[in-house]
Amino acid sequence: MKENTASDKPAAAAAFRKRSSRFQLLTQHGDVFWRGLIAVTAIFVLVLVLAIGWTTWRDSALSREVFGLSFVLPTADASWNPVTDTYDAWPLIAGTIVTSVFAILIAAPFSIFIAIFLSELCPMWLRTPANFVIEMLAAIPSVVLGLWGIFVFLPSVVVPVGHFLENTLGFLPLFQGPIPASGSSRLAAVLILTIMIIPTITALTRDVLRAIPDSQREAALALGSTRWETIWQVLIPASLSGIFGAVILGLGRALGETMAVTMVIGNNTVEASGSLLRPGATLASTIANQFAEAVSPMHSSALIELGLILFVITLLLNMAARLLVYQVQKKVPTEARA
Amino acid sequence: MSAVGQSASRAAQPILPRGLIKTKNRHHTRRITNLAMLGMTAAFTLFAAIPLIWVTVYTVMTGAKYINVEFFTELPASVLQGGGGVSNAIAGTIIITLIAMTISIPLGILAAYYVAEKPNTRLGLVVRFATDVLAGVPSIIIGLFAYGILVKPLGTFSALAGGVAISIIMLPTIVRSTEEMLKLVPRALREGSLALGAPDWRTSLVVLLPAALAGVVTGIMLAIARGVGETAPLLFTILGNDHYSVRQIVQSGVESGMTPIQILRELVLSPTDALTLTMYRYSQDPFPERVQQAWAIALVVMVFVLGVNILTRALTARRLAGRS
Repeated sequence: MKENTASDKPAAAAAFRKRSSRFQLLTQHGDVFWRGLIAVTAIFVLVLVLAIGWTTWRDSALSREVFGLSFVLPTADASWNPVTDTYDAWPLIAGTIVTSVFAILIAAPFSIFIAIFLSELCPMWLRTPANFVIEMLAAIPSVVLGLWGIFVFLPSVVVPVGHFLENTLGFLPLFQGPIPASGSSRLAAVLILTIMIIPTITALTRDVLRAIPDSQREAALALGSTRWETIWQVLIPASLSGIFGAVILGLGRALGETMAVTMVIGNNTVEASGSLLRPGATLASTIANQFAEAVSPMHSSALIELGLILFVITLLLNMAARLLVYQVQKKVPTEARA
Repeated sequence: MSAVGQSASRAAQPILPRGLIKTKNRHHTRRITNLAMLGMTAAFTLFAAIPLIWVTVYTVMTGAKYINVEFFTELPASVLQGGGGVSNAIAGTIIITLIAMTISIPLGILAAYYVAEKPNTRLGLVVRFATDVLAGVPSIIIGLFAYGILVKPLGTFSALAGGVAISIIMLPTIVRSTEEMLKLVPRALREGSLALGAPDWRTSLVVLLPAALAGVVTGIMLAIARGVGETAPLLFTILGNDHYSVRQIVQSGVESGMTPIQILRELVLSPTDALTLTMYRYSQDPFPERVQQAWAIALVVMVFVLGVNILTRALTARRLAGRS
């Protein structure tokens, strides 16, 4: 009403005020900056992942140009020789895969059983301490586990187990001896990795099992199943993709694990036999062992390319595992989450 | 009636008893399988506790034998002299952790606001996913990254490069735990603040953050514990430095008339050492005294890492108990 009676000048002023107040609304409260700031930091996390990939790609250019695809392909006469500057990643890739896969083969059944105990059977009073043990096991720094590995675990467990395997299954190429007196071997890496990934797989599997609604358990028990049948025929199939995701995440952790493996595997980049009882090397252990001393540009470039390979493998595994775990979380009805 | 029943059961006899016996047997096997498998889950859980107890007890017993005051206050002595401590590594670990905290805490909390506020937007989902992926990147690769962006361009190994690497390792933990805590803050609190006219940023920082603070701090402490225990990314970012001493750097800086900023630069940009890195080096050392010191460091690191974990757990339990 007022605006109708007012002259042009105040109307223009009002329009200006209106415009500026909209501007003020946007800026004065600072929300534009705030939202911009949090969005930028969020994008920064994303950029960080990409930057890690890009840096390793850039810094491995020399090695990629010279060796090309043959760097990663299996070859009979693979070498890793800083003196002649010739490098093949295949034995290291194989070493990484062998140690991690064997660790998973031992750790996965273990972890699934522990997760079943924690989520289905554990009495209330034991629940907190039992979960505590699993989480503390995950918290032990890798280098401490490595130190314990060298001086305690190798002589008291790995060497006897190695000798036993050599004597009983020595006819298999996989268990061909002799195991070094120190015990440093792929077997040692496998066992240390097993200890390290059990908490990862257990915790995720436990959460997946817990997410299943109680109505499922009650229905199975009411139909006359024993508790084990309920677990094995109802709960495990229902959470299979989640467990699969957990195992892949464990595999990702095993592949990239560095310190403890470096300390116990013996770092033998030229060991030709595929035996578990012989010293070997993984991608990560070779980088850890040689990068600080790499003098020639080709050597450090080749080591960074090892990092690139490892990055790509773990990235793909992680993405696959996360998608599986997300899917399970999405599928679970809301009733179960409360 | 009974005759009819008898004849009926007699007629069925060739089938029924066999079926009954079978069911009885099956019942037994099912019971036994049940007990055996349930027992196995418990046994495996017990078995998993062995390494934890073994590592902890052995480290504490061995480390305690070789720890003394010199260990904390002295620089490393030459192997032939004997004695000496790891004050260089303690100072280095503290400096690296401080650098990592100054980078990862603000970044982590701000990114968590975004993920918590816009969980279902495309960017929100992608960032959450990226955080999870970042948590899965092997720490040695983060070391290579820090080498590529800091050590090579600056031409020197430095505490800064180590701190940046550790901050990237801490970041995902902080983002995820802060996000969870922010989501737990009641909606009414946020709406109340907005209704009073407070802008978004004030609501976030003055209302939401204090409400979630205990949980956020817990997450940060766990991230720090993880960062302090990390070794791989430090191998070729800080390199190791037997003579790193904050007091000496500050003293010589003051004597040569450097400004505080220059002294800080010197502290941050010189190669340094870290407890975990020293432990790794000493574990490879042929001299038994070095190995003994490695055990003493292991004790210190374990006490810190497990202590933080136990403390945060106790605090969380008490907070949850108080709330309900």
